[in-house]
Amino acid sequence: MKDERPRTKERVKVTLWTLIVPPTTWAAHFLFSYLWAAISCAKVGKFATFPTLFVVGTVIALIVIAASGWIAWRQSRVPGDAPPHQDSTDVDRLRFLAVSTMLLAGLSFVAVIYTALPVVFIGNCR
Amino acid sequence: MSLHEQDDPELRRAQEERLRAVWDSPKGLFLKWTDTNNDAVGAWYTLTAFGFMLFAGVLGLLMRAQLAVPDNDLVEPGTFNQLFTLHGSMMMFLFAVPMFEAVSIVLLPQLLGARDLPFPRLSAFGYWSFLLGGVFVSGSIFFDVAPDGGWFMYPPLTTRTDLSGLGADIWMLGLSFIEVSSVAAAVELIVGVLKCRPPGMRLNLMPLYAWYILVVAVMILFAFPPLIAGDVLFEMERLLDWPFFDAARGGDPLLWQHLFWIFGHPEVYIVFLPSIALFAMLVPTFSQRHLLGYPWIVLAAVGTAFLSFGLWVHHMFTTGLPKISLAFFSAASEAVAIPTAVQIFVFIATMWAGRVIWSTPMLYAAGSLAIFVIGGLTGVMVAVAPFDWQAHDTYFIVAHLHYVMIGGTLMPLFAGLYYYWPLITGKKLSDRLGRIAFWLLFVGANVTFFPMHLSGLEGMPRRVFTYPAELGIDGLNLASSIGAYIFAAGAALICIDLALSPRRALAERNPWNAGTLEWLAHPQDEHWGIRSIPLVESRYPIWDQQDFMRKVDEGRYFLPDAEEGRRETIVTTVLDARPIAVIRLGTPSWKPMMTAFALGGVFILTTYHLYWLALLSGIATLAMVLWWLWTGTAEIPEKESKPIGHGMEMPLYLSGSSAPGWWAMFITMMADATAFSGLVFGYYFFWTKHEDFPPPELASAPGVFWPMVALAVGLAAWLLTVAARECNAKGRIGTARGLLVAGIAASMISGLAGIAGPWTTGMEPTLHSYPAIVWTLAIWTSVHAAIAVIMLGYALARSLAGKMTPRYDADLRNVTVYMHFLALTTVVTYATIGLFPELA
Repeated sequence: MKDERPRTKERVKVTLWTLIVPPTTWAAHFLFSYLWAAISCAKVGKFATFPTLFVVGTVIALIVIAASGWIAWRQSRVPGDAPPHQDSTDVDRLRFLAVSTMLLAGLSFVAVIYTALPVVFIGNCR
Repeated sequence: MSLHEQDDPELRRAQEERLRAVWDSPKGLFLKWTDTNNDAVGAWYTLTAFGFMLFAGVLGLLMRAQLAVPDNDLVEPGTFNQLFTLHGSMMMFLFAVPMFEAVSIVLLPQLLGARDLPFPRLSAFGYWSFLLGGVFVSGSIFFDVAPDGGWFMYPPLTTRTDLSGLGADIWMLGLSFIEVSSVAAAVELIVGVLKCRPPGMRLNLMPLYAWYILVVAVMILFAFPPLIAGDVLFEMERLLDWPFFDAARGGDPLLWQHLFWIFGHPEVYIVFLPSIALFAMLVPTFSQRHLLGYPWIVLAAVGTAFLSFGLWVHHMFTTGLPKISLAFFSAASEAVAIPTAVQIFVFIATMWAGRVIWSTPMLYAAGSLAIFVIGGLTGVMVAVAPFDWQAHDTYFIVAHLHYVMIGGTLMPLFAGLYYYWPLITGKKLSDRLGRIAFWLLFVGANVTFFPMHLSGLEGMPRRVFTYPAELGIDGLNLASSIGAYIFAAGAALICIDLALSPRRALAERNPWNAGTLEWLAHPQDEHWGIRSIPLVESRYPIWDQQDFMRKVDEGRYFLPDAEEGRRETIVTTVLDARPIAVIRLGTPSWKPMMTAFALGGVFILTTYHLYWLALLSGIATLAMVLWWLWTGTAEIPEKESKPIGHGMEMPLYLSGSSAPGWWAMFITMMADATAFSGLVFGYYFFWTKHEDFPPPELASAPGVFWPMVALAVGLAAWLLTVAARECNAKGRIGTARGLLVAGIAASMISGLAGIAGPWTTGMEPTLHSYPAIVWTLAIWTSVHAAIAVIMLGYALARSLAGKMTPRYDADLRNVTVYMHFLALTTVVTYATIGLFPELA
């Protein structure tokens, strides 16, 4: 009997666009943080000590990055020869993009936390 | 043809004759400048950028001579202002960015095994724009009218015409013109990397140089347009007195700083990454092994590119923004150190794992990394806001940026020069002179710039034409000046080495025993780029694939012939590089050069307020562009397809999203949309800056009616175009033409209605920043609607002339891409200017 489970990791199409999902999420979160702070300070003059909107935005960004990293990790484990993935085959190209996406997800995750930290330490608009 | 046919030496000779004839460069004193082949245009481009670098370097030497002793009077204060402004502007806009484009135009087709990049005439256009704009800007110093407001041209000093003269206009308009050529190069390079790779070179086999170039070209698309938007606002203020940056009339000088640095910080990485890309090519060669950690390099390139867009406010730490905003940018500035360090560790690991050959290029690479790391560390220091408040605008910053630029751009380029010179000329440069020059440069750079950290911390501000002896920094400054001349001696020695090159003997082919495709080039120059386009199965095919060079040379791969006497290359798919078509490339022509000169006329004549002549020049540009497109693009081939060898038959025409032209339009429009978003940012920036924006007494204009008319009719024009494309594809040509006519009418009405809003409500743009920014958004969108009229008219004319048919419909598909973006622009503009005043 052949295994007929749907193979999730191969269903998700890998492209150059999926490669940039994690850093794009970082960029969106960064822009969101900047606009949130700028508009809060300019229009309200302050922001709350536990800013719900900001926390929700940050958690969403982290979830998106973690999810794309997890998918990439699954894809990077598609069976094939050992790394380095440097043959001209479908599976090597897939695994190369997956590994790169996973690395970018790691960097983006750290960078989102970097961006969010100031809100913990700075509580006013001065 | 089969593999065995290529066994016949007669056939091979005949093929070579045909290829040679097709790719022959035009001869003659004047005609040779019409060349469009990448080996010619790339070489001119490189030499020109190198020339500008030397010129700007001499300006730097003059500054150091002035600053050698306290209270010096070698140059006037006004001249000194021109010297530092032009030195910085030229090094950035006329050397660092164009040099990367130039080197890529030379190298990229070789690296990708392509005969040329997909749009050779566009490269030529970019070159002539660059040359004209560069001579215009740099020549201004001989007439004592060079820009003098510093390379970032902060208003209000530079926008007030009583404080700054013609120089500011020369900077804005001259360099805007060069930004056009940068965007042109970005389009060329992105499409080249994505669509012109050899069969088999999937994304995971791409040379790392190509990865970097792809990333950097995309960065240009998002970094340069905000500056173009800023330039537009800046010139509107200078020429028409629209108060975008005038605080007294509701403007804000900080808006310029934002737009400039959204460009200016990514710019640092735009000039740094291509230099690191050269290392990624030469480190494996001189370690004689594959580069370790290929995906890590991709991580580093892509990660740096993204993070670099979150750093711009670290140039504005002292402008009084809320600390929370500063902290976000400080955090991103620290984070960018991660991917930057990753690539350096990858290189070290590769050298560790291989057998390193300490060649001259390697010496430069190692030396520049040492210098760059020092610049990077001071960068981490100034990324910490409280430290920056102390060091801002002092010589500490001058030291930091020169360590970054010399270690991250200039010295790596010299490494690349010594490495790739045999590829371009067939001859090696002198190892002895190269090494002496290296030590002069290395010692000179450190002696010049290290003391500047100290003089900065002692309190020496940047951009002063002299300093008093009592400050106690004369020793440090004298050291810097001596170092600058040692550095210059190194650069002069490299020039001597280059000048001696024609007298030297040819080197052997692939003299460094490298593994990547570009080293297939012959020492005896052949203009065809590559004899046959290989099937690539490895990252280092020359090392790994058996008999690779011989098979390429004997035409045993793809497209070994030019039967129809046309310049051709293979187009492949983005991810997996499966061949999908053969495209015909542009041949030598006057058109790119003449178009560049006509466009240059628009910018240069505007500088001197000769508006009618500028308008004429603009019309000439439009006519040239239409002529160029009509005669040179989307040509219907004489047959459906042609064989490329190994039994494969490839179509000769592509349209839609697989075609290079479609990608070029898409990429250009991404840049256009980014520039537009810079203007929209201006509108909302003013909103955050004011208690009430729009100001209550002005908020009744432009009203809701006209913007909504423009919005609705603009969307109708978009739908009509999409319908025309569909009808045309289904063979209903008459209906398609009718829809195009309707689309033209709708675009026209939308554009006029857009202007009618601010016009009929009597908005006075010189009064306040609100009417000024509303007018700007309306004019921007209406001008785009006017361009839509021309484009739809062009598609209609092509259809009527039989140059566009249901099967050959690239023109209409490309115009539709434009219309998608125009629809987006229309919605954002009219929703903003029509509806936002109601909400705010």
